[in-house]
Amino acid sequence: MINIWEVNETNKMIEQENLDVRTITLGISLLDCIDTDLQKLNDNIYKKITSVAENLVKTGEEIERGYCIPIVNKRISVTPISLIGQSACKTPEDFVTIARTLDKAAKAVGVNFIGGYSALVSKGMTTGDENLICSIPQALAETERVCSSVNVGSTKTGIDMDAVKLMGEIILKTAEYTKENDSLGCAKLVVFCNAPDDNPFMAGAFHGVTEADAIINVGVSGPGVVKKALEQVRGADFEMLCETIKKTAFKITRVGQLVAQEASRRMGIPFGIIDLSLAPTPAIGDSVAEILQEIGLEYAGAPGTTAALALLNDQVKKGGIMASSYVGGLSGAFIPVSEDQGMINAVEAGALTLEKLEAMTCVCSVGLDMIAIPGDVPPATISGIIADEMAIGMINQKTTAVRLIPVIGKGIGETVEFGGLLGHAPVMPVNRYSCEAFISRRGRIPAPVHSFKN
Amino acid sequence: MERNADRTIITVVGKDTVGIIAKVCTYLSEHQINVLDISQTIVQDFFNMMMIADMKNADKPFDQCARDLEVLGEEIGVNIKCQREEIFKKMHRI
Repeated sequence: MINIWEVNETNKMIEQENLDVRTITLGISLLDCIDTDLQKLNDNIYKKITSVAENLVKTGEEIERGYCIPIVNKRISVTPISLIGQSACKTPEDFVTIARTLDKAAKAVGVNFIGGYSALVSKGMTTGDENLICSIPQALAETERVCSSVNVGSTKTGIDMDAVKLMGEIILKTAEYTKENDSLGCAKLVVFCNAPDDNPFMAGAFHGVTEADAIINVGVSGPGVVKKALEQVRGADFEMLCETIKKTAFKITRVGQLVAQEASRRMGIPFGIIDLSLAPTPAIGDSVAEILQEIGLEYAGAPGTTAALALLNDQVKKGGIMASSYVGGLSGAFIPVSEDQGMINAVEAGALTLEKLEAMTCVCSVGLDMIAIPGDVPPATISGIIADEMAIGMINQKTTAVRLIPVIGKGIGETVEFGGLLGHAPVMPVNRYSCEAFISRRGRIPAPVHSFKN
Repeated sequence: MERNADRTIITVVGKDTVGIIAKVCTYLSEHQINVLDISQTIVQDFFNMMMIADMKNADKPFDQCARDLEVLGEEIGVNIKCQREEIFKKMHRI
């Protein structure tokens, strides 16, 4: 039988160490909404989302009350809209009407984000894909809850450099369109390599075409819990360090698994995966950077950071995989800058640079995330940063992503305030040497030799 | 696997005072909630009690009981929390 110490440990994690379930994300296929008539397509999409997700928020809240565990976000991901809209949308403006429909549906069911305003162009772009990509700045400026992502490369296909070039321009244009709000639009736009079909985390969530009609994916969290557990093993050897992270990750994941199964049962929608990511928030004590500090670094970014992060990421997976049979999504440690107070401190202290962050992305999930850069960088430079990050993903057979925010009108050292879970960020310097000639080449980077496994 | 969804963990944390257990148990008995186990300890000078209760025959839904107990806790000056047992089992048992 459960004893009082176990009960107290769990409740301490929830009450004092910010243990929560970060998101229940309901993936909805829109493939059956496709129509050549734009109005009909929009109607179909609205009806499908609002009927499948009708009880999502209510169910989430019931589960929260039943277990006293906060479920911070209830969200929706949909089939990449470039696929759904291609036969009806002839211009970027046509695609924007779908973005408005998604926004309206998200508001109707009460979710705070809806992901899937996306295109998968890892080997090439159709006219429809290109139209969707070109519509992103307007779509993100005109909507509140729509999130967008573009997959521009994979280990199997190489990197579509035409899309990389285009995305540099699109990110800057999105920044320009939302400059009144510190270029907030860019916080809702991710560029991927090897994007997973079942990621529940925004802004990169979409419902892959290989998925069922509707599916429940859950993203756990809990950097604060790991940090507190590590405080108990200060000065211990690596074996003890790893054991502690694994045990904690196991416990965190089991809570996610429970919430996912419960949501699945109550809504009658199959359970997909648990995403094991340690997702920080700007709240004090809910930081991945603080875990790195607890492992023994003065600041995130100090020498040793990449090794410490590699260790952390691997142990989180090892503990989590034992706790759930279906693990997927991004699964690892997130290292966003603006959403993690420890990262912000490290940047402000001069300990953490863009180049070090890039190195860190080689060993953890995702990539250059929520990083504010000066608004006057040339588009080719942004494309260059994207290309570097995509290359890391392609060669290492992992997901990488770029979510940069070129803040129009702000320079190095100034701060941008996004509010809420998105936090605030100091504007970081970018290498000013040009890569214009490299980015202007047409075509794609071929798939790496280790992709030929057949 | 058998779902034992009716088993609930009730925790009471706060400054010790006369009659805490009595008041909580009175509420539970008035609403046909059966107590299976009680344990109690003092953590950092705080009164800390845990009950395992069976709500199978309760005359009110879980949400309502949880809210009532929360209000009762406020009256006594302690924190009362109702949680379904599964979260603890999942976390602490393989």
